[in-house]
Amino acid sequence: MSDPVPVEGRRSVASRLDSYVDRYAARTHGMSASEIRSLFAVASRPEVVSLAGGMPSVAALPLDVIGERLHELVLKHGQQALQYGSGQGDEGLRGHIVEVMRLVGIHAHPDDVVVTVGSQQALDLITRIFVDPGDVVLAEAPSYVGALGTFRSYQAEVVHVALDDDGLVPSALREALEALQRAGRRVKFLYTIPNFQNPAGVTLSPVRRAEVLRICQDADVLVIEDDPYGLLGFDGEPPRALRADDQDGVIYLGSFSKTFAPGLRVGWALAPHAVREKLVLAAEASVLCPPALSQAAVSSYLETHDWLGQVKVFRELYRERCDAMLTALTDLFPDGCSWTQPRGGFYVWLTLPTGVDARAMLPRAVTERVAYVPGTAFYADGFGSRSMRLSYCYPTPERIREGVRRLAGVVEAELGLLATFGPAHSTGRLDLGSPNPDLA
Amino acid sequence: MSAGGGVAGRVLVLAGGLSHERDVSIRSGRRVMEALRDVGVEVELRDLDAALLPDLAANPPAVVLPMLHGTAGEDGTLATLLELHGLPYVGTGPAACRAAFDKPTAGSLLAAAGLSVPRTLTLPQNLFRDLGSRAVLQAVVADIGFPLVVRPARGGSALGCSIVRDWEGLPSAMVSCFAYGDDAIVQPYVAGTEVAVCLVDDGSGVQVLPPVEIVPDGGFYDYTARYTAGATEFFVPARLDDGLTAGLVDAAVQAHRVLRLRHLTRVDCIVDEAGVPWVLEVNTAPGMTETSMFPLAVDAAGLRLGSLLTGLVGRLVPDAREPAGAR
Repeated sequence: MSDPVPVEGRRSVASRLDSYVDRYAARTHGMSASEIRSLFAVASRPEVVSLAGGMPSVAALPLDVIGERLHELVLKHGQQALQYGSGQGDEGLRGHIVEVMRLVGIHAHPDDVVVTVGSQQALDLITRIFVDPGDVVLAEAPSYVGALGTFRSYQAEVVHVALDDDGLVPSALREALEALQRAGRRVKFLYTIPNFQNPAGVTLSPVRRAEVLRICQDADVLVIEDDPYGLLGFDGEPPRALRADDQDGVIYLGSFSKTFAPGLRVGWALAPHAVREKLVLAAEASVLCPPALSQAAVSSYLETHDWLGQVKVFRELYRERCDAMLTALTDLFPDGCSWTQPRGGFYVWLTLPTGVDARAMLPRAVTERVAYVPGTAFYADGFGSRSMRLSYCYPTPERIREGVRRLAGVVEAELGLLATFGPAHSTGRLDLGSPNPDLA
Repeated sequence: MSAGGGVAGRVLVLAGGLSHERDVSIRSGRRVMEALRDVGVEVELRDLDAALLPDLAANPPAVVLPMLHGTAGEDGTLATLLELHGLPYVGTGPAACRAAFDKPTAGSLLAAAGLSVPRTLTLPQNLFRDLGSRAVLQAVVADIGFPLVVRPARGGSALGCSIVRDWEGLPSAMVSCFAYGDDAIVQPYVAGTEVAVCLVDDGSGVQVLPPVEIVPDGGFYDYTARYTAGATEFFVPARLDDGLTAGLVDAAVQAHRVLRLRHLTRVDCIVDEAGVPWVLEVNTAPGMTETSMFPLAVDAAGLRLGSLLTGLVGRLVPDAREPAGAR
């Protein structure tokens, strides 16, 4: 090899390392790499206690039984299960879904059900058929990060509505609608997760359910009710769905991801007839049909297994983990922090003392081998810097306590920095992009 | 001789780890693995975990090619362990890694050798707690002035790095920086042309690849600008006249030599309006991702990354044609 030889006399060539850069649609704005997302790569390592991801505990499933059923399924019904299917979804499965929805008070016909690739696809299809760029979508504050990503990708303007321990605050909803009306803005829909909400873990009270429906009916605003966790309550009967009391004003989204298996990617939408027709056309344009094998697997599971017994197993497992987290937080967390008390689902929403920025703190947490999702991920408007979502669904109770212990130390250190430098000023950048950190 | 590409035996690419740059490391590792496979080298990609050392002992590769960025990969720890196992590896030795990874140490060594390095104040977190942040920051600003740059004393990919233009942004920048480590450095912001010089050194001489000029869309080459394809425009070779290029290359090669680095080095510089090449940072495990500058420079030199790496690896492997111990 030679000693230093500068390159001389060569014409400089420009490159962006992306030859498509001037061809992307405007809706790709914001789809970029981020520091925070890079930290989630570390969170997936076993040394790290991840309180970030929203992964169901599929280890609790009877995998041997499911394996046998899948084997039988392919042997006996392989020609159907491995073939294209209906864009609306398998009729038999839609019948089962109708039975599942009866548990939350919904009486529907299989014709009004559209099977989707997880309820995430239902959300995408609904946004596609209702939202033009600049349209307003209402969502709880905070709201599901995957929904916000979908709304952003269709260039919707998300207006958040306050949430408290009893769920969406009706007076805040009314005020938001009035303010938007005064501004001449049309609201396309309200997106809400009434049960064991992601990320806040709270549930809309029965009184408020009626009030929220009435407000939306008065304002002629469609409600998108996303209910992946409804059957995973720790106490008694599942909460009654909003859709049970309003057939025309509510589109209901359901999922088998938390009650059975997220890897199958089977969810559904229950919509009024006219909307359902458009959803089917949009779904066919998107994926032709939902996966036939996954649908057949779900049907087989529902038909041959005590699936409600398995849901009970999940409920008890998540209750134990939730208790472990709440106890550890009470025992180990410093003064000045507060958190929600979920009665179902996967998540605790934790609020830090004023001035602490959960996003800025995440690298320190990862160094200490614990991960969470900063609150800013759940807002479209830069709020949430003092908050974080903690998931208890995946780690064991022992790991949860260890994770909370580590996190408490991180918060103590951050409080030390706060005392030294004063309140941090969050950048308010929304850089989680998609896919969402539930996969972390 | 060899499984292919002129290399005898298996090359183990290490990528991942537990540093904040894990994601980048995985991408670099994959790219390097593909590049080596393309030229016929037997290659395995592996993460760092508790089973690594027993595996290395039980099934030693011919050569280890670490693509680990940040702690453990670039701080000399891994190099130490590989030497303890008697395994040849691509990259700089432990002591030089330690010196290069610690920005204050590297800066002092480079400045002592006569290179232009921005004035650097090293500020441990405890200092602020013990003496009061206001007093310390006032002294810092009085010395450095605005705009200034705050960044962790160790680590790469611009993580925890901020350009601060006024008092208001300073506390947040310090808090963000200390999230990545206990020591911060503060330097004056140097305006000019941002350029990376990539070097290849197999022991017989330093090969300089065409300097890469960096023009990020937002003006700051932060994490997003580094790893989002299309967010930064590169010019290769940099749009500098021959005199400035020569000065820049001399500075980069000198930095490489002063710090006693070997094999693969990227020297990040800014050439200011007066033509002075300021050395900002020296990387002993330069990124090899799809948006990294090293592969870009390799392409611009008319080389193939796989062939270049094979050349380095080949010199580390006892060759059947050479007498034992020739390495």
